[in-house]
Amino acid sequence: MKYLLIRILRLAQKEFLALLRDKKSRMVLIVPPLVQLIVFSYAATFDLNHISYAVWNEDSGEYSRQLLARFSGSTNFQLLRSVDSEKEVKALIDNRKVLLVVHLRSTFSRDLLRGTPGTVEAIVDGRQSNTAMILMGYVQTIVQGYNDEFASLHGVTPPIAPIELRAWYNPNLKSRWFIVPGIVGLLTLVVSLLVTALSVAREREDGTFDQLLVTPLAPIEIILGKIIPGFVIGFAESTAIVLVATLLFHVPLRGTLLALYLGIFLFTLSGLGVGLMISSLVSTQQQGLLGAFLFLVPAIILSGFATPIANMPQLIQDLTLLNPLRYFLVILREVFLQGAGVFLLLPEYGALAGIGLLSLILAGHFFRKRIG
Amino acid sequence: MTSGGFSERIVRIRALVFKESLQIIRDPSSLAIAIILPILLLLIFGYGVSLDARQVPIAVVQDSRTPASEGFVAGLRHSPWFTPEFYPDIHTAVAALKRQDVEGILWLRENFGRSINSFRNHAVHVVVNGVDDNTARLVEGYLTNTWQTWILQRNLRGRQLSFQPVGLDVRLWFNPDSRSRDFLVPGLIAVIMTLIGALLTSMVIAREWERGTLESLFSTPVTIGEILISKFVPYFVLGMMGMGLSVIMGHYLFEVPLRGTMTTLLVTSALFLTTALGMGLVISTVSKNQFVAGQIAIVFTFLPAFILSGFIFDIHSMPLFIRVITHIIPASYFVTILQSVFLAGDIPGVIIPNSVALFFFSAFLFIVLVKISKKRIM
Repeated sequence: MKYLLIRILRLAQKEFLALLRDKKSRMVLIVPPLVQLIVFSYAATFDLNHISYAVWNEDSGEYSRQLLARFSGSTNFQLLRSVDSEKEVKALIDNRKVLLVVHLRSTFSRDLLRGTPGTVEAIVDGRQSNTAMILMGYVQTIVQGYNDEFASLHGVTPPIAPIELRAWYNPNLKSRWFIVPGIVGLLTLVVSLLVTALSVAREREDGTFDQLLVTPLAPIEIILGKIIPGFVIGFAESTAIVLVATLLFHVPLRGTLLALYLGIFLFTLSGLGVGLMISSLVSTQQQGLLGAFLFLVPAIILSGFATPIANMPQLIQDLTLLNPLRYFLVILREVFLQGAGVFLLLPEYGALAGIGLLSLILAGHFFRKRIG
Repeated sequence: MTSGGFSERIVRIRALVFKESLQIIRDPSSLAIAIILPILLLLIFGYGVSLDARQVPIAVVQDSRTPASEGFVAGLRHSPWFTPEFYPDIHTAVAALKRQDVEGILWLRENFGRSINSFRNHAVHVVVNGVDDNTARLVEGYLTNTWQTWILQRNLRGRQLSFQPVGLDVRLWFNPDSRSRDFLVPGLIAVIMTLIGALLTSMVIAREWERGTLESLFSTPVTIGEILISKFVPYFVLGMMGMGLSVIMGHYLFEVPLRGTMTTLLVTSALFLTTALGMGLVISTVSKNQFVAGQIAIVFTFLPAFILSGFIFDIHSMPLFIRVITHIIPASYFVTILQSVFLAGDIPGVIIPNSVALFFFSAFLFIVLVKISKKRIM
């Protein structure tokens, strides 16, 4: 038993050296994940700020000025310039100079004075449909605000907004609270794949893997030796990433650390397992890299990281059940935002443990098969 | 190093290209990257990625059933956006929201019938799960929309309920139905091309360094430029095939309109592919080692192209210093070009500056490539 332990630790030590001895490899493993966490967390947001817009005001009345003042006073909008023809509008939107043109016809103030509704026309660049939808919401809010003011100025009781909205767990609907926990999962997956996906393939190319197989080490010991460094690196980086998420981005961490770390442990296990399985299946490093991407890219896209799983067709939703990142994202979001404890997340832990163990067993199986 | 005449040069390059092509054909993984990868990814992405919520399960609680509330709920039932599920009281609905059986709760209060006539109280309370802020906002938008449609219909029937002094008329250009797939698919093609470019070439030079065959090549009359050209040409052909496949699938399978011309698409794709292959070759030359090259390719190509290119997250929403960073991501220029070529047409004001940027990127990468390759031999 003691020898067994020593053997595994020796092998782990060798793997550690193999990973970290090369200066470039060391840099790639440590620096980019942290830099990317910060850059991506700032970048990945659906909230809009400083949207450049143009005004096409054909109305000389007072009301149009009042309404437009509400646009220029909002921090969401930034006036690029005023235009006075359809042609200019087209040029600005086609060339992506502005996302929105607010158009007021010459009858706007007159209509309002007469007591008939005036119309604001919002011309929106629909090339990025999601941005356009959010933008429309902002415009709607400004027009609604003006309507209330107008009504109260003219002695009409302002109609109370019929719908009152409350958002749980994320009352101000901040994108960052949704995205940053997701980035923790994304980067943990990338790191655990980087550590393992090419490792067996490299030894195969160098011929050292055959040497390893003729030693008294059993496949399970080789596997442990290969994944222990991954655990150490994965844990250290996850901790750093979680610290940045809570301290720099102020994402609330409402659940317990135990629930979080149990999730990180099982997810790292499944990430390393999948990486090792890919590595043991291929015979060259190029194939290993291809395999890593073939797993990584769909795993990220179909995880619910940016686009909800509920929007996917049923067949693809079923496919996501195989995706470890999907479960980890549930764990991360529930622990960070909803304050979940260990008990509530048992199904997710179970799924991750299952994927991890199964892929490690398969990896061990393919190790042996290759020699025969 | 000797170089010789022009015709000898051509012969040498042709021989090297031939050797490289043979290598591609013998190792099926390169062909897989160029042909199978784009098909697979477009299928998964095209069907899997959507920001349009449909049939969102929503809990409906009616404190008292009046004709007015029944009418409103009926409107909800016919909406493509929601699948209403009925709960007897607010407590059971809250429990369902906590279990995440529903995305939100629509609570029609006791005073629903009265307050829609007087507008003195909130008639409708909506609770959403805010964890996914985008879906939450969509649910809010859809509900407001359903509400306004319902009010409008009542008004048309002669019962004036509310007077809106200013009405809003939105005109959505280029994508009037606001299909998120129409803007995601062009972006996806850019992400996939980045992947293909980097995957194809990030290993090829590192592999020759590892095996020592590059040193043998240097002792022949072949110049560095010729080696680089021979590494570039076969992969360029493969990459363009992948690009063609992606465009055909995007247009015919996913029915994304293609309003620009084929020429623009071809020229800009060639420029971008050159940049992407150049990045792979630089990674390969810098690392000299397949293991490190593979790690760098994963970290520096896919994730930035996914998050910083404007493919899903709009660059307009990013803070200034991140917007500055997006300028060094070649994919961000190509995403902008593709979104315009597919949805809006050949708009010179968009195509020309972005193509020029791509041209400078590829020129820069190849100059760097020649510089570092020369240094590496010494």
